[in-house]
Amino acid sequence: MPDFLLELFSEEIPARMQALAAKDLERLVVGALSDRGLLFDGAKAFAGPRRLTLALTGLPAKQPDVSEEKKGPRVGAPEKAIEGFLRGAGVTLAQCRKQSDGKGEFYVAVVARKGRATPQVLAELLPETLAQMPWPKSMRFPGSAVRWVRPLHAIVATFDGEVVPFAFAGIESGSTTMGHRFLSRGPIEVRRFEDYEQSLRAAHVLLDGGARKDIVRNALKQQAFALGLEPIEDEGLLDEVAGLAEWPLVLIGRIEERFMDLPPEILQTAMRRHQKYFSLRHAPSFEASLRDAPQDDEKGRHPEVPPSFGTPARHAEVRRGAGPRSTRGLAQDGVAASKGDGRMAPRFAVVANMIAPDGGKTIVEGNERVLRARLSDARFFWDQDRATALANRVGDLKGIVFHAKAGTQYERATRITLLAMLLARLLETDVAQAHRAGLLCKADLTTGTVGEFPELQGTMGRYYALADGEDEAVADAIAEHYRPLGPSDAVPAKPVSRVAALADKLDTLIFLWRAGERPTGSKDPFALRRTALGIIRIVLENGLRLPLVLVARLCYALADAQRLAELDGRLRGDLSDASLLRGSADELLRIARETEPGKAERAQWEEILAFIADRLKVALRDKGTRHDLIDAVFSLGSEDDLVRLVARVEALQTFLGSDDGANLLTAYRRAANILKAEEKKDKKRFDGEPDPEALVAPEEKTLYVELAAASEMLKAEVARERFVEAMAVMARLRKPVDAFFDKVTVNDKDARLRENRLKLLARLRTALHQVADFSKVEG
Amino acid sequence: MAKTFQDLILTLQNYWAEQGCLILQPYDVEMGAGTFHPATTLRALGPRPWRAAYVQPSRRPKDGRYGENPNRLQHYYQFQVILKPAPKDVLDLYLGSVRAIGLDPAAHDIRFVEDDWESPTLGAWGLGWEVWCDGMEITQFTYFQQVGGIDCDPVSAEITYGLERLAMYVQNVEFVYDLAFNDGFKYGEVFHQSEVEFSAFDFERADTEILFRHFGDAEGECRALLGQPKPLVLPAYDQCIKASHCFNLLDARGVISVTERAAYIGRVRALAKACCEAWLQSPMGAYQTRTG
Repeated sequence: MPDFLLELFSEEIPARMQALAAKDLERLVVGALSDRGLLFDGAKAFAGPRRLTLALTGLPAKQPDVSEEKKGPRVGAPEKAIEGFLRGAGVTLAQCRKQSDGKGEFYVAVVARKGRATPQVLAELLPETLAQMPWPKSMRFPGSAVRWVRPLHAIVATFDGEVVPFAFAGIESGSTTMGHRFLSRGPIEVRRFEDYEQSLRAAHVLLDGGARKDIVRNALKQQAFALGLEPIEDEGLLDEVAGLAEWPLVLIGRIEERFMDLPPEILQTAMRRHQKYFSLRHAPSFEASLRDAPQDDEKGRHPEVPPSFGTPARHAEVRRGAGPRSTRGLAQDGVAASKGDGRMAPRFAVVANMIAPDGGKTIVEGNERVLRARLSDARFFWDQDRATALANRVGDLKGIVFHAKAGTQYERATRITLLAMLLARLLETDVAQAHRAGLLCKADLTTGTVGEFPELQGTMGRYYALADGEDEAVADAIAEHYRPLGPSDAVPAKPVSRVAALADKLDTLIFLWRAGERPTGSKDPFALRRTALGIIRIVLENGLRLPLVLVARLCYALADAQRLAELDGRLRGDLSDASLLRGSADELLRIARETEPGKAERAQWEEILAFIADRLKVALRDKGTRHDLIDAVFSLGSEDDLVRLVARVEALQTFLGSDDGANLLTAYRRAANILKAEEKKDKKRFDGEPDPEALVAPEEKTLYVELAAASEMLKAEVARERFVEAMAVMARLRKPVDAFFDKVTVNDKDARLRENRLKLLARLRTALHQVADFSKVEG
Repeated sequence: MAKTFQDLILTLQNYWAEQGCLILQPYDVEMGAGTFHPATTLRALGPRPWRAAYVQPSRRPKDGRYGENPNRLQHYYQFQVILKPAPKDVLDLYLGSVRAIGLDPAAHDIRFVEDDWESPTLGAWGLGWEVWCDGMEITQFTYFQQVGGIDCDPVSAEITYGLERLAMYVQNVEFVYDLAFNDGFKYGEVFHQSEVEFSAFDFERADTEILFRHFGDAEGECRALLGQPKPLVLPAYDQCIKASHCFNLLDARGVISVTERAAYIGRVRALAKACCEAWLQSPMGAYQTRTG
């Protein structure tokens, strides 16, 4: 069966768009073909810097013939109507059948449609199909009425080796293409995919992006290995460079020794961001890899965190930062000192698109020179930045707007400081260090290095803090307060770091929510979902017992600019005396307790809490935690301690999975339904105390006694957070409840007995609601 | 022998003259980039074909480094080419210019890296690339899509060479002031003092009150010139460029807050847009209606 080959040859397609473009091209053409009854055996789509290619195998030579029935006018309809129908269907009246539908007879024409030749169908569908390519950004260009990602130059379209003639974007399809921009000359004649791929390979074009990527990956490893080095993996960069070269070649260049005292994060970021170079490091020895590789010996570390391929270099660095301290001073801090254990090597790898006659010497020298200029710039910023202490930069934050309705970065830093002090007070963390971390955590935004490389925020703050002689805990908190950066990034585990990270995220969430930036649908421009998830993870993974409502109340107190300024002056100031700071933290706690948010603010906090609950459901879904149980516990209204909440939910889930639990739930529902109906009927609630004198049946007497005991015990167990025990208490209610429903008629003729029994059921409901709102339980 | 700075200019001029470009001279109003030259901004609009090349001194007050930075300058030269409509072989033409200045694409690694261009002050944008030679950005290449918020039809190609950077690469020099301007003079002899003095002017001495006034005056004059029954497009556009430069100076002086910044840019953009619209009604800019 014949094959179809399509190539769209254009000027350089942005690397980031290529993979998706290949998929879109395949999807569109395949869809258009199957709409026209044309199926095939296989499809392959490729994308590279200058071309999109689609190869289909096993297409039929023509569409299948089809016959379809067309319903016409009724027999005896006006002449004109029948004539029109016959003309439209292309048949004579004699060729029509008559058919009856119960109301009478009508004409039916059987129209046989011959399948058309596939090339003809292709020629027809391609122009309109290609016009639908959903490029993320496309352009107009001379001579074309349709948009493409960059000017289109040629189209190859062959079916069974013959050209499928059509025009698109002002270009006639044909059977010639071009090879590599510089390594090939003249047009290349192609007929079928096999010779196309071969000819292109001979013309120094590798069609398959995945193959180009593999070549780069392997060449990187081999060339690094030959130097006793290994590449620092960077999947995102691999994708990008594979999209920038039709014939990728890895070349190794040198970084001058004089730059090697720059922090490795600066080196890596400057090379990656500006130059798309890979960084290399000394291959770790076996012992070193044993020492450095496992992360789970660190407290609170996620053992399942994958290596941070494709994420900004700093994740990897921050993680390695927990390793042994360097003997080479500040700049090398975070990477081990001796050769052979992962230190960055004074080499870089560049992926060129060229086989140069001198073996790449000129290209490498050129790249080395560019890198020298880049790193000179970086060094200038690094030196300049350290000339001003972070503490002296805080005032400059007044010039940076965080959000028009959520203040400047200075106001934000002030709020974070005060929140961090409150959190430190609540979580028994060093208040003075929390204060310092909050004060300094945003100061690096005013530095030249962060201006140049925004992704180094926090990382640079840590370096500068250490250079200023700040406590290591403070410096680490500055680096880590942005974390976790995503669902696979580890949460800060060090006490000051997690306090700073929580303060940052709670401030972000609450103040941007106030500013009207709540996420809607797929829009979440300030990543508030990620922020809420960050809060949840920091709290849960560290087991932090934190009444969130207190933090929220302090936020609302700080929303008043005057109040903020006053507290800033009085409580933050330049307090160096630890006892003064502790006093300030006490006062913040008092403010948080005493602040009575207004009605609107309370409603807003409810919304935020519901938002956090939603995120919690998502976060716990993987663990198999039921979302309805989270709702059941959240809707009690008083629960803002996530650790306690999760413990309660988990105990509840186990209980409901048991026989006793399932039965009690049934009984609860029965009670709740009866109550609902009767309360509606009587237009009143039956919340009062049942009258022991009015209990007649032995089963209701027993239930009364058991309920009284269970209520007290539930209250006590819940207060002591012994949720498993609380469930056991509930389990013991199952028998008396079941017996009650078996033997006792609630809606007795005697109104007194009826009311008393309804009160008993209400009591059951109230007792169980101490644990969770069972009406929210599904299933 | 590597080309001197002025050889580079002469070579590019000759090359593009051979491609049918008008060789124009720098525009005599301070501007941030060659794109602001009316030969680009205004000529990119309207139906008439246009081919021009010129050197444009470009002033970026914020980039002043008192003559101390190896490659940042508050005044530098751009070589600008505008081809309208963009010829089909424009990339080949461009690569011809790269060969002409002594960079053989067969010996170097030339790549086209996505870089979409946007000028918020001109209300202009286009798609294109940074052209890299051995990792060094030597050219900005843009297919104009809009200028002054108006669709460019036909689409022009704009080629901008950063001359100092290119010369540093060609001459293998790492400090801009060491460039050979010609065989007798270094770049530093020509421009170092000016970099030192203008940096001080840009960051410390420029009188902000005067600049605010100039900005307002230019804005007012631009509006006045366009507001009359017979608008004067080109003089009005001069005032737009002047306002833009005043803004850049005020920005460098650090007297424009983050929130004000967007508002000032918006005001310049409004002027640019008004000039572009007026240009399309003027003799050299208008789309002629086809008659009989």
